Amino acid sequence: MAQAAATMHVSDEVMIKLEGVNKWYGQFHVLKSINLTVKKGERIVICGPSGSGKSTLIRCINRLEEHQKGRISVENIELTHDLKNIEQVRREVGMVFQHFNLFPHLTVLENLTLAPIWVRKMPKAEAEAVARKYLERVKIPEQAEKYPGQLSGGQQQRVAIARSLCMNPKIMLFDEPTSALDPEMIKEVLEVMIELARSGMTMICVTHEMGFARTVANRVIFMDRGEIIEENEPEEFFNHPRSDRTKLFLSQILHH
Amino acid sequence: MADITASGQHVRQPDLPPPASEVGVVSWLRKNLFSSLPNAALTLLGLYLLYVIVPSLVEWAFIYAHWVEGVNNKECAQADIPAGACWTMIRARFGILMYGFYPPPERWRVDLTFVLQFAAIGGLLIEGVPYKKYWAIFLFGVFPFLAFYLLLGGIGIPLVETSAWGGLMLNLVLATTGIVASLPIGILLALGRRSKLPIIRLLSVAFIEFVRGVPLITVLFMASVVFPLFMPEGVNFNKLLRVVIGIILFSAAYIAENVRGGLQAIPKGQYEGAMALGLNYWKMNALVVLPQALRIAIPSIVNSFIGLFMDTTLVNVVGQIELLGMGLSSARDPNWLGTTNTALAFVSLVFFIFCFGMSRYSQYLERKLYTGHKR
Repeated sequence: MAQAAATMHVSDEVMIKLEGVNKWYGQFHVLKSINLTVKKGERIVICGPSGSGKSTLIRCINRLEEHQKGRISVENIELTHDLKNIEQVRREVGMVFQHFNLFPHLTVLENLTLAPIWVRKMPKAEAEAVARKYLERVKIPEQAEKYPGQLSGGQQQRVAIARSLCMNPKIMLFDEPTSALDPEMIKEVLEVMIELARSGMTMICVTHEMGFARTVANRVIFMDRGEIIEENEPEEFFNHPRSDRTKLFLSQILHH
Repeated sequence: MADITASGQHVRQPDLPPPASEVGVVSWLRKNLFSSLPNAALTLLGLYLLYVIVPSLVEWAFIYAHWVEGVNNKECAQADIPAGACWTMIRARFGILMYGFYPPPERWRVDLTFVLQFAAIGGLLIEGVPYKKYWAIFLFGVFPFLAFYLLLGGIGIPLVETSAWGGLMLNLVLATTGIVASLPIGILLALGRRSKLPIIRLLSVAFIEFVRGVPLITVLFMASVVFPLFMPEGVNFNKLLRVVIGIILFSAAYIAENVRGGLQAIPKGQYEGAMALGLNYWKMNALVVLPQALRIAIPSIVNSFIGLFMDTTLVNVVGQIELLGMGLSSARDPNWLGTTNTALAFVSLVFFIFCFGMSRYSQYLERKLYTGHKR
């Protein structure tokens, strides 16, 4: 498994840079001086107890949440109040949510072609061809004409991944993509994500799927109470955690 | 236990038909009308009320009613027969009930306008009719100007002042303009009320709350009587136009609240999903949020539209005599004294037909747009 991760290429090109990022919800200090650099092709898994700020952190990367101090830049575009920058970043960063967030009034195909047509100005026929290609890749080409409400959770999440990929993003963010799924559907989604990682996509995943982390991640980050406590290669992280907080967390999720 | 064979394998049981007590007329009656003592009592009470009301209504409207042509109420006011509806009056006054004081030789223009309007609405709304795009362009881009020209005239065809417009035609003109114009304004107000920009939010809230706090009749008086007082000397515009604008703004405030109700039902995840794909504010609302919010708001929006159609009867108070006004004034005509019931019955029937049509269409639309497929 470790070999699989090792064969995946990581370049020196910096895709995402967070410097001293702080965020508050009212009085609650949710992110504390976060520093993180993500290079092209890196697969990063972020884990930590609930309320540790890991979702907030990745939601800051495409500005679904606003940070109040520090700098975040994606492909050298800094995220500020400038709407143009925000939209430019969002075009290049795909995101997959815990609850899929598919558009229930549109068919699967329309979900996939919406952004390419209206944001990328792609002709409809071309957008549909691209959409069908990605549906093939997530192994549900036969569901194109159905509505999201007619699909299982696992199928919906794969549609959501395909929808992001249709925008041809350079970075993919996953916010607990398997947490809302029934156990027998988690595998089909993880397989799609593993395949995506092998294709060289830059990925940041908030997940508790430690098997996934071992298989594809080249870095695991552990967060607690708004801080990055520890980060390391997966083998080291799981076999020789340094901080007591990490040890406790790993013992709770691995042996229950 | 019987469905396990000796070898321990499970054997599937066949599907059996439901027991006789679940099917048939008697079982339907028992389940739906006589399931319990209170339910049976309600059923009997309902039947008794129907027995009291329906026969006398049928007698009044059909059996003892007067249908012949005539020029006064001599036909209807005979003392030796029981009271019946005086449809004779409706026949004699039909033109004025439909068109008001619109001159009879020019009434074909009104007919043509509404034939075009209903054809275009039908073309747009009825499933299976082709060229939807062109119907829409015609209805929203061409028809308003065409209708304005046809109804008002002036160049090539004689001018008919708006003060002569009346009867059902006036209700329909006011209601269609009100509906078509207030929906987009209402949507913008609803978005404004939820906007992150404080000035826009404040203006929207102020407008909506002010208009909702004032009765329509006050708005109409202001439009027709008060507004001209504030205009500079010599500057003025048509009274009916002022009234129409009043109705549009009034209706828009209510539509805004209906749409806001729909918007509140849309989960945050839909906004985030759209934003994460790079859709900007307007595209997110137009493509993702509003289609879902409007579907949810259909019942309350149609409710407001039906209310708006009914409210067009209020323009009587500013001297524009629409269908209800024409009906009542017909019954006050010395030739037709004693026909108020008939006038009200006819007016009610006409309003009912239009409102029931709107209501049925909205239910059809709700079913058609339903893609929830709850599993």
